[in-house]
Amino acid sequence: MKKQMAACIGLVCTGLMAPLAQATTTLTVYSALEADQVKDYKEAFEKANPDIELRFVRESTGVITAKLLSEKNNPQADVVWGLAATSLMILDQQGMLQGYAPKGVEKLNREFVDKAHPPKWTGMDVWAATICFNTVEAAKKGLPKPESWADLTKPVYKGQIVMPHPASSGTGYLDVSAWLQMMGEKKGWDYMDKLHVNMAQYVHSGSKPCKMAAAGEYPIGISFEYRGAELKEKGAPIDLVYPKEGLGWDLEATAILKGSKNLAAAKKLADFSVSLPAMQLYEKNYAVVAMPGVARQNPYIPTDYAKRLSKNNFAWAAKNREAILQEWSRRYESKAAPKN
Amino acid sequence: MLSAVLRWLPRGGQTGIAGEARIAILLLWALVAVLLLGLGLPLLFIFAKAVQDGDGGFVGLVNFAQVLQSPGLLRASSNSLQLGLTVTALVLPLAFAFAWALLRSRLWGRGLWRQIGLSPLLAPSLMPAISLVYLFGNQGLLKDWLHGGNIYGFWGVVLGELFYTFPHALLIIMTALSAADARLYEAGRVLGAGPLRQFLTITLPGVRYGLVSAGLVVFTLVLTDFGVPKVVGGDFNVLAVEAFKQVIGQQNFPRGAVVGLLLLLPAILSCLVERRMARRQQAALTARAQPFAPAPSWLRDAGALLLLLAIGLLLLALLGVGVAASFIKYWPYNLDFTLAHYQFDTVDGGGWSAYGNSLQLATATALLGSLLVFVGAYVCEKLPGMALGRSLLRFLAMLPMAVPGLVLGLGYVFFFNHPANPLHGWYGSLDLMVLCCIAHFYTTAHLTAATALKQLDGEFEAVAASLKVPFWVTWWRVSLPVCLPALVDVARFLFVSAMTTLSALIFIMTPEHSLAAVSIITMDDAGDTAAAAAMATLVVLSSAGLSLLLSLLERLLGRRNQRWRKPG
Repeated sequence: MKKQMAACIGLVCTGLMAPLAQATTTLTVYSALEADQVKDYKEAFEKANPDIELRFVRESTGVITAKLLSEKNNPQADVVWGLAATSLMILDQQGMLQGYAPKGVEKLNREFVDKAHPPKWTGMDVWAATICFNTVEAAKKGLPKPESWADLTKPVYKGQIVMPHPASSGTGYLDVSAWLQMMGEKKGWDYMDKLHVNMAQYVHSGSKPCKMAAAGEYPIGISFEYRGAELKEKGAPIDLVYPKEGLGWDLEATAILKGSKNLAAAKKLADFSVSLPAMQLYEKNYAVVAMPGVARQNPYIPTDYAKRLSKNNFAWAAKNREAILQEWSRRYESKAAPKN
Repeated sequence: MLSAVLRWLPRGGQTGIAGEARIAILLLWALVAVLLLGLGLPLLFIFAKAVQDGDGGFVGLVNFAQVLQSPGLLRASSNSLQLGLTVTALVLPLAFAFAWALLRSRLWGRGLWRQIGLSPLLAPSLMPAISLVYLFGNQGLLKDWLHGGNIYGFWGVVLGELFYTFPHALLIIMTALSAADARLYEAGRVLGAGPLRQFLTITLPGVRYGLVSAGLVVFTLVLTDFGVPKVVGGDFNVLAVEAFKQVIGQQNFPRGAVVGLLLLLPAILSCLVERRMARRQQAALTARAQPFAPAPSWLRDAGALLLLLAIGLLLLALLGVGVAASFIKYWPYNLDFTLAHYQFDTVDGGGWSAYGNSLQLATATALLGSLLVFVGAYVCEKLPGMALGRSLLRFLAMLPMAVPGLVLGLGYVFFFNHPANPLHGWYGSLDLMVLCCIAHFYTTAHLTAATALKQLDGEFEAVAASLKVPFWVTWWRVSLPVCLPALVDVARFLFVSAMTTLSALIFIMTPEHSLAAVSIITMDDAGDTAAAAAMATLVVLSSAGLSLLLSLLERLLGRRNQRWRKPG
């Protein structure tokens, strides 16, 4: 009886402890990839490396960046796979990244790899600002199709536009950063002041504006090309608009955290991230990937897409990120009355 | 160590009074320890965190000063206040009308109406918000009712919170309204007072404490809920969402702690008012009161039916539209039926495994929680001596009422995620979430159990002691079977609460153990509203299913165990 009791208690206790006993290495990966991409990427890596299991912590860019920074003294992540290069540069400025030249990194476009030796981060693909424009709702409301960023400030679009919040969303930040770089600081903020008048909502993620546009909740969503192409493919009544002044963009990139206890496995993931099979996965989602010659044409993305990207000074965008977000919040978050 | 404890405990057969008392003391302090761990220490850590900088150095009141200076937060506070007052002012008359129609009419099917009135309890606060988007959003079914207006903002949040807080107000007001003394109405009638005068001079004064108490509960609930404002708030920022943004979005824990403390203020205030009132209220009902039974009146019943229909249909609409939307292929362009939104693998939030975790969490909370609560209430109410320990336990049992879930969740982050905490490894596990849920909902469960136990005569314990029967035998053979209906109530309450709650758990959840209610927020954030509606539907169905199951069980057990209640 007593033995049974002891066995029972033992069972209860082991039940209480999380079952962690597995022979494989578990790598903690922080990521801002889209949820529908994570599944494919994870499967592909684990198939190639059966002894490593990936534990994904997925959040939007702003949240992941804040989380990594707050864990600076006690890093929980081994690898970052799929985070904005501007965010990774901030981590690098804090001395948080481990330099490593992944096998095959020389095959990548040098523009898309960190200049340090060995590089602190390696690029995966480019994602860029795109406007999702719901043609059905626009017709009902008699809205013309916008062609440029400047068009969006026209009074006819008042209350018709949604965009991602730049503090939580990487897509939101690349818009703000590009406007400031293209127009200059003063004109950039003036532009956003005007845009703010037309803005219906700032939302949490970069995908949501396009999903809202696709569902007709708001006719215009400032989003990025992957989500737009994916929703159009599914039959959403949207047109993708690539504003003529230029598209803000950022790189999705990979880096190893300094102090990772699974460095060997982390390096394997970094190697995989720049390999051809990985690039072929990225290519399914993005028009420009870090390895030249891999990308194929997506019917919804223009052929001269790469030329439409605005000039982007990553170092500037990274260095000023906090100040820009603060100014943005001061201007647009503490406004006296909620708008209708 | 276990064997040492076992040796110290008395063996069967030689259980003396001394041994029994020792076990009672052990039990009492074990309970106190559990509540301190799950409640007291995390709360203390919020206070500590609020006076630290990001790296743990002491900075005094700098964080408070920063929060008070930032215009966004001040704006959010005043928004929260405005929202709380508006919702409270609107929900009280509605809940009162509903309760009046239920208790003071002779309508058929009042049991069913009661269930409809309480149905919002089964849903996370996100459900009404999602339904509102489908009803009054820019592509909403009834969008034209708004005449070009927009659901995103203040009034959208008010509507959602009305739904969310309605059953809480209803329960309290019903209790107050059911304690009516028929002799007062009789006297009023004899003195020539018409129905209106009777209502104004007898009914209303009779429920004034109930109304105040319901108002306080609603106000606190509104202030600390962030499900509704997150989904339909638009640019309307409130304090609860701000705390969420500070902690999750910007990982600014000290500032989150300050906002948490701000949210603790109204809750503590409510508790103080409540206690003052409870003292005065005792004289309100005397032992000679006669239960009130409404006289037949065709006109009054028709009015009551109209009230029930109007409010009931609104509640059902806010619950039902979200459920219906989860089966629609592509709102508003393709209205075909689909189950595709229930395949969660291409959306955020954890999908079916999150749902499984929630079920597991809710079941464990219900089982462990009701056991803990019943033992605790028994120790508080029935065991002699141990005055200090018992009042400490009672205090800890009442504490959760004053602590909003959001604040408790923050406390858990600060306490259990502290690198120096030996229980650090526990952080992120489902077990910790169970503890958090039990602590969060302890007060209501405790009060239910204690009320049931109080109805039992203390003589049982006296007789048992004189017969040298140890207290646990009395507990098992007498108290537990007699209190079974209350026990089932507690289990149901804990299950449904753990299934639907968001506020505490969102802070301590990890991706491995994502939860259904939290995944609804994540999906909505990513713009997958239909999938969010599907998950909310799953939560509602599970809560409703279990409630139904327990009602059946109750009826079954009731027949066996409660026969003594019937005379003869």
